[in-house]
Amino acid sequence: MTTTDPTTRGAKKTPGRPVTQPRLGPVGWARWAWRQLTSMKTALFLLLLLAIGAVPGSMFPQRSLDPSQTAAWIQRHPEAGPVLDRFYAFDVYSSPWFSAIYLLLFTSLVGCIVPRTLTLARQLRGRPPRTPRRLERLDAHDALVVRDEDVPAALDAAASALRRRRYRMARHDDQTISAESGYVKEIGNLAFHGSLLTLIVGLAIGHLYGWRADIVVPEGESFVSTVTRYDTWAPGPLVDESSLTPFELTVDQMSARFEEDHQSQIGMPRAFSAEVTYADRLGGATKKDTVQVNHPLELDESTVFLLGNGYAPVVTVKDDAGRVIYRGATPFLAQDGSYRSTGAIKVGAAQPEQLGFVGLFLPTAVVDDTNGPISIFPDLRNPALAMSLYEGELFPQGGAQSVFSIDTEAMTPVAPDDDSEDIARLWLQPGETAQLPGDRGSITFDRVDRFAGFAVRHDPGKGLVLGSSVVALLGLITSLTLRRRRVFARVVPAGDGRSVLHLGAMTKGDDDRLARVVSDLADQLGSSFDDEGDRTPASVGESRTS
Amino acid sequence: MTNEVLATYANYALYSAVGVLSLAMIAYAVYLAGAVPASEREHESLDSDEQAAAERARARAERVAAVSGGSVATSPVTGPVGADDGTTVEDAAAPQGDPERARKGAGIGGTLSYLGTGLLLVSLVLRGMSVDRAPLGNLFEFSVAGAFFAMLVYCIGPLRRGMHWLGLFVLAPVTLLLWLAGTIWYTEAAELVPSLDSYWLVIHVSIATLATGLSIVGAVLAALYLVRDKAGPGSFWTKLPAAARLERLSYGMHVVAFPMWTFTLIAGAIWARQAWSSYWNWDPKEVWTFVIWIVYAAYLHARVTKGSNRRTAAWIALAGFACIVINYTIVNFYFIGQHSYAGTS
Ligand code: HEM
Repeated sequence: MTTTDPTTRGAKKTPGRPVTQPRLGPVGWARWAWRQLTSMKTALFLLLLLAIGAVPGSMFPQRSLDPSQTAAWIQRHPEAGPVLDRFYAFDVYSSPWFSAIYLLLFTSLVGCIVPRTLTLARQLRGRPPRTPRRLERLDAHDALVVRDEDVPAALDAAASALRRRRYRMARHDDQTISAESGYVKEIGNLAFHGSLLTLIVGLAIGHLYGWRADIVVPEGESFVSTVTRYDTWAPGPLVDESSLTPFELTVDQMSARFEEDHQSQIGMPRAFSAEVTYADRLGGATKKDTVQVNHPLELDESTVFLLGNGYAPVVTVKDDAGRVIYRGATPFLAQDGSYRSTGAIKVGAAQPEQLGFVGLFLPTAVVDDTNGPISIFPDLRNPALAMSLYEGELFPQGGAQSVFSIDTEAMTPVAPDDDSEDIARLWLQPGETAQLPGDRGSITFDRVDRFAGFAVRHDPGKGLVLGSSVVALLGLITSLTLRRRRVFARVVPAGDGRSVLHLGAMTKGDDDRLARVVSDLADQLGSSFDDEGDRTPASVGESRTS
Repeated sequence: MTNEVLATYANYALYSAVGVLSLAMIAYAVYLAGAVPASEREHESLDSDEQAAAERARARAERVAAVSGGSVATSPVTGPVGADDGTTVEDAAAPQGDPERARKGAGIGGTLSYLGTGLLLVSLVLRGMSVDRAPLGNLFEFSVAGAFFAMLVYCIGPLRRGMHWLGLFVLAPVTLLLWLAGTIWYTEAAELVPSLDSYWLVIHVSIATLATGLSIVGAVLAALYLVRDKAGPGSFWTKLPAAARLERLSYGMHVVAFPMWTFTLIAGAIWARQAWSSYWNWDPKEVWTFVIWIVYAAYLHARVTKGSNRRTAAWIALAGFACIVINYTIVNFYFIGQHSYAGTS
């Protein structure tokens, strides 16, 4: 195989002589291991491993994102599911093996940044290194003949040309020049790698001290953000719940618009927005704003995002004597794009037994022969409630339970009449009232409100993450656009009143302009100092910067 | 709220672009059939300025050799163009096509490439006007945009510098992409879903598609390098420039694309926070953008790592491109995530 990589060419082995391996003690082994871990080859390998390791998380549902879908997937694959689960296929990004890859990578990164930073600091404090003896051996080389008496002037001219191109210069003796440029490239590269580390720190801060909560608020209702008021509350491990300052928020109006014109996209969501009145802290000044998807509400301590919406049918339940025992908007959770929504109305005040209505809300209801009651459009064109009735104990353990469903363990279905085994089914449209079987009273479907589903988030690490990302990008661009170059000049007497002025350059990495750097310098010097006088007019006085 | 007439004209412009680019491919194929191997036109790409510089360097070297009584090597000013070229002039004297026809083919191919690129731009603009937003809302739209950017990169880079040998190899994947977009991925012009309705869409997706365009050209060059590097004397592939030059051109594309991928990742995270409340969710689309980024970072590392050669690096670049293809196809259609906006369900 032919290699075109110049860096592999120099690696000659001395034939015949076996390489003697020194014996390594524990310290030696540790040093060896550290050098392996921080080598570029290892970094390359770990990077590829990280890429491969990230892939399974996109193929299998992830618990942290969607626990119910994950559970369903495992149930559907009784053979593969548990095995995959043992290998953390459903928790890839918090799995020990994924963590191991990135921890090794970041250890390697530290081991790579620290020595490079020290080297750079030393270089910045010191001077460019001495000129090598034979410049012909460098990556790029050029030479010109000058008269001995012109030598000092030629070297001065070379030095000032390089200085103009922002090289740092050292004249270790009067026969040579050493010049170096591209420190900024190294700084940029270190800034890039370093900010990957601070980015991880920012992520960790967000994870440890951040929290997330969700809450559903029907139109016209308010909430005060205490931990217990939220529907879900997910704090980071180091969150101090007592230090949170609650805010107050009222949903004045929730609106939604859906595609109506385009056949292929009928019912696709087009715009959601919630008009809110809020105060950053209890009793503080109230302000109004509109929360939209892509337009969150930034509060002092946290940010409120509009992530969900749906319908909250307003019903009134009366007992046999006509007393109102329940009235309110009950959020129903959308199950599909047409907002076929499931929910539960819990009438805890009913006597002698508590009542529970479980079923569907359909914004544009149709009864389909095969699928039963469905919704065919997400907006309110033909709203209907389809519910079954249970009675018994709503909260048997007395504990909290989802507002969207009822635990029917301690309840019995209510039959439509005494000699039926069936369960009482109700079909209500706004304005309609249904009598409940027996002497259980009545239910009236008053109207439909919308609800807003908010996610409230606090992430103290996000500023550091954003800042690190921006520094990383700037450092990267610096690192990729600039070149690291060393240019040397050395005068070698050739006798006969003449000298050869050698120019040489070397670089780190790939630099196809390098040869041009020395040849341009040679051109420029040649136009003034070449001994033969047949100067090429094209290059007189001209200097090409590259 | 979409203008159907404009959307229809946008489609006409798209079909015309596919037609024009197909003709350009034929012209480029004619060119390649008749092209002279690169080893014979080594200095073709040197402009007169560079030739004069090379001339002066040669004169200097001779005088230095004269006074120091030996030969003094200087590096070729043009870098190793042709230096690693395995072919000799004798090899190149193998039977060839018709250089005259070839030159015409290149000219026609180039003109048609400009025209096709212009038509793609027209199609994008009309589509954008018809929906009153940036035309970057679904797989169809960003395929067309990606194809346009790949053509734009080709036109303002290689084509302007006369690298006609690259034409066929860029146009073939671009035309394939447009054909897929126009047939199986076609989506009616319509408004966006709310989570996409943000100026971050324009920022994030336009840079992502531009990066994709660069990566397409970069991958083509990487593949050509791998083939050219192994090409024996007399092989068809010796019509291309030397392997080292192809490799460096490929690197040039990737080195511009990589900061763009980085930006795409950052802008995507900012947008994800605005739209979904969390800047990173390990959603399949995010995972794959991250994978693409990591693989290209590995490519850049492989290129500077001592002891890993350029062929390995080129293979990693191709792996990165494969990840881009997967991200736009398999991930869009089969992996469920918050990004399921491909709009072709
Ligand atoms: C955490 C993941 C990492 C990423 C995303 C990353 C990315 C990059 C990128 C994009 C470059 C620019 C390449 C160029 O200048 O051509 C680079 C250069 C470099 N990286 Fe990394 N890197 C990572 C980890 C590491 C590690 C662990 C090491 C040390 C072993 C390392 C050492 C280097 C070095 C020495 C260069 C400079 C090469 C040069 O220009 O001479 N990187 N890296």
